[in-house]
Amino acid sequence: MKKLKLSKTGFLLLITIVMFAVMYIAGMIIFNDKGFAKPQMFLNLFISNAGLIVIACGLTIVMITGGIDISVGSVTALVCMSAADVMENKGMSAGFALCLSLIIGLAFGIVQGYLVTYLKIQPFIITLAGMFFGRGLTAVISTEMISIKNKTFLAWANEKMYMPFGYTNRHGVLIHAYIYPTVVIALVVVVLIQIMLKFTKFGRALYALGGNEQSAVMMGLNVKSTKMKAYVLDGFLAGLGGFLFCLNSCAGFVEQAKGLEMDAISAAVIGGTLLSGGVGTVVGTLFGVLIKGTIQSLITTQGTLSSWWVRIVLSIMLCFFIVLQAIIGGAGLRNKAKEKVKGLAKATT
Amino acid sequence: MKKKVLSLLLTAAMAMGIMAGCGSATSGGDTKSSSKSASSDEAKSDDGGSGSLTIGFSQVGAESDWRTANTESMKSTFSTDNGYTLIFDDAQQKQENQITAIRNFIQQDVDYIVLAPVTESGWDTVLQEAKDAGIPVIIVDRMVKVSDDSLFTAWVGSDFKAEGNKACEWLKQYADAKGIKQSDINIVDIQGTIGASAQIGRTEGLNEAVKANGWNLVAQQTGEFTQAKGQEVMESILKQNDNINVVYCENDNEAFGAIDALEAAGKKVGGDIANGEVMVMSFDSTNAGLTDVKDGKITLDTECNPLHGPRVEEIIKKLEAGEDVDHLQYVDEAMFANDDTVKSVEATNSNNEKTTYDVTVVTDDVISGRAY
Repeated sequence: MKKLKLSKTGFLLLITIVMFAVMYIAGMIIFNDKGFAKPQMFLNLFISNAGLIVIACGLTIVMITGGIDISVGSVTALVCMSAADVMENKGMSAGFALCLSLIIGLAFGIVQGYLVTYLKIQPFIITLAGMFFGRGLTAVISTEMISIKNKTFLAWANEKMYMPFGYTNRHGVLIHAYIYPTVVIALVVVVLIQIMLKFTKFGRALYALGGNEQSAVMMGLNVKSTKMKAYVLDGFLAGLGGFLFCLNSCAGFVEQAKGLEMDAISAAVIGGTLLSGGVGTVVGTLFGVLIKGTIQSLITTQGTLSSWWVRIVLSIMLCFFIVLQAIIGGAGLRNKAKEKVKGLAKATT
Repeated sequence: MKKKVLSLLLTAAMAMGIMAGCGSATSGGDTKSSSKSASSDEAKSDDGGSGSLTIGFSQVGAESDWRTANTESMKSTFSTDNGYTLIFDDAQQKQENQITAIRNFIQQDVDYIVLAPVTESGWDTVLQEAKDAGIPVIIVDRMVKVSDDSLFTAWVGSDFKAEGNKACEWLKQYADAKGIKQSDINIVDIQGTIGASAQIGRTEGLNEAVKANGWNLVAQQTGEFTQAKGQEVMESILKQNDNINVVYCENDNEAFGAIDALEAAGKKVGGDIANGEVMVMSFDSTNAGLTDVKDGKITLDTECNPLHGPRVEEIIKKLEAGEDVDHLQYVDEAMFANDDTVKSVEATNSNNEKTTYDVTVVTDDVISGRAY
């Protein structure tokens, strides 16, 4: 009995992975002549979305607690702008810019987490305020675009890590497939958070809290501190993800990362995270991001479809996954969360 | 228990069904593209390999008529009939989308990448990737700021400075022809969005002319390229100054707003400065702008040409023939006036070359020939 129930979260994850694989392989077959089968095309999914992967991981954590954070897009813009500003106009080092980015993320996490946890304000409203605040502050720093020319920063951004494989292009040049360090960081974050969620007490407490806050309190969990930590971690990851985003775009600009929060939320949902909390994995979220990237890639490769189709296909996917969750999720998944609470109670006694 | 297993199976089947749907949708798109590539292969063999080039074009979006005209120009130039395969990507105003699209073009091994950048900066990494892959990049419209200019092959766009110079030179000659003293010209500058290259060039041109000709620059304020802001700015300037006789608007939308404000304040808009009319000068030359020129509301409209396609094609043809191309290339831009008081002006462009520009008098034919 238990085995079957466990496989339900696993099942959602499996669907996501299978969907990704089917889409990608279909793309490889259909667009083989357009280079879709090249290894670099696959790695580009990670390169272009490294920042989003990290941000979506943070969002998954708060979504598991049953919360939400829609400020991440603005935090990203603020991080990019601040980093660009301190490096280009204040003459600071790239290391300082990185620290500043993480501090900005943490600050957002702490303030929003405090308001949500201790003043019991709806996370949607708080993070909506955070979203406006972040975007506004970005514009205050500069309404003009700041291009980053800092040598260390550009060295980080352009440091290609070559893979042992590649392909030979028409001009006869063997091009090794490559990734940027941002990809490694993003994947390390995914692995670490997944381990944390699955194997630490804090991780299990997150699920318990999201599954049923009342019973989590009754089980003697420190719900407030857990929730607070979730938002702080989310803020930190938004800061880090923002910096990775900045390494990809090499510029600070007010209009940057608009709507990124929605991409992150949809990635988490497609990856099997329930908006009501208690269920979700960051591995699923990673695949959610990859699915979004694949759709984008397929439509760009096709070349004649309007790129707005990305949104349309994504919306269909979202609906599909929500319906799927409703069908197989429902009572079963919530039971599982309750069971976790029980398990935790056993563990603590 | 059995029910649960069954429901799982059902959902799996549903998932497969949906995916199959997706698959067939994409494959539907593919049959089109594969048949296209097949036909372009034929074209290739027909004219001995010189035809069929694949061009990847990443466009900013579709935010204005100007932009749409720009896109259409590219699409019609690089059509299948002309022996090209155009891969078009609309970035929806997002730089990150453009970066992703360029990476995609590189993997598709396109022959040329054409980029109309959303932003001026942030292109070093991805353009380096294109360069490493040996794909020439042609930038259109906005300029990019990169550490190494060899990252792109050529840039095609408007010479905003020359636009400003031309318009001011026209005003000077117009005043001379009408017997108005240069020092009697009281000019208001409604600037574009501060920092936009169009604003910088057009304002610079005016500022230099003000100094050189001894005009009075009464006020200089931004109208952010919008009609509403143009009107608002004009209203507030009119409250403080009554001696204005020339309004220099940095795009057509601002001019429409300024005209509304002037008319609401009881001023007569037109070219007859000597008899108390207020002259409106504008840039862009959209269809609506030219209509106002014909009606005499705007006296001079300097063109900002969105039709970059032919010029880009010219560059690509030269590159294919192994010739060198100029790194910076300006598109030809005309001037449209209400009357023929001034028939042509001589002005310097950004390359410091003196060129003679003809002034076209707007007729119904000119307006109907303007799609945007």
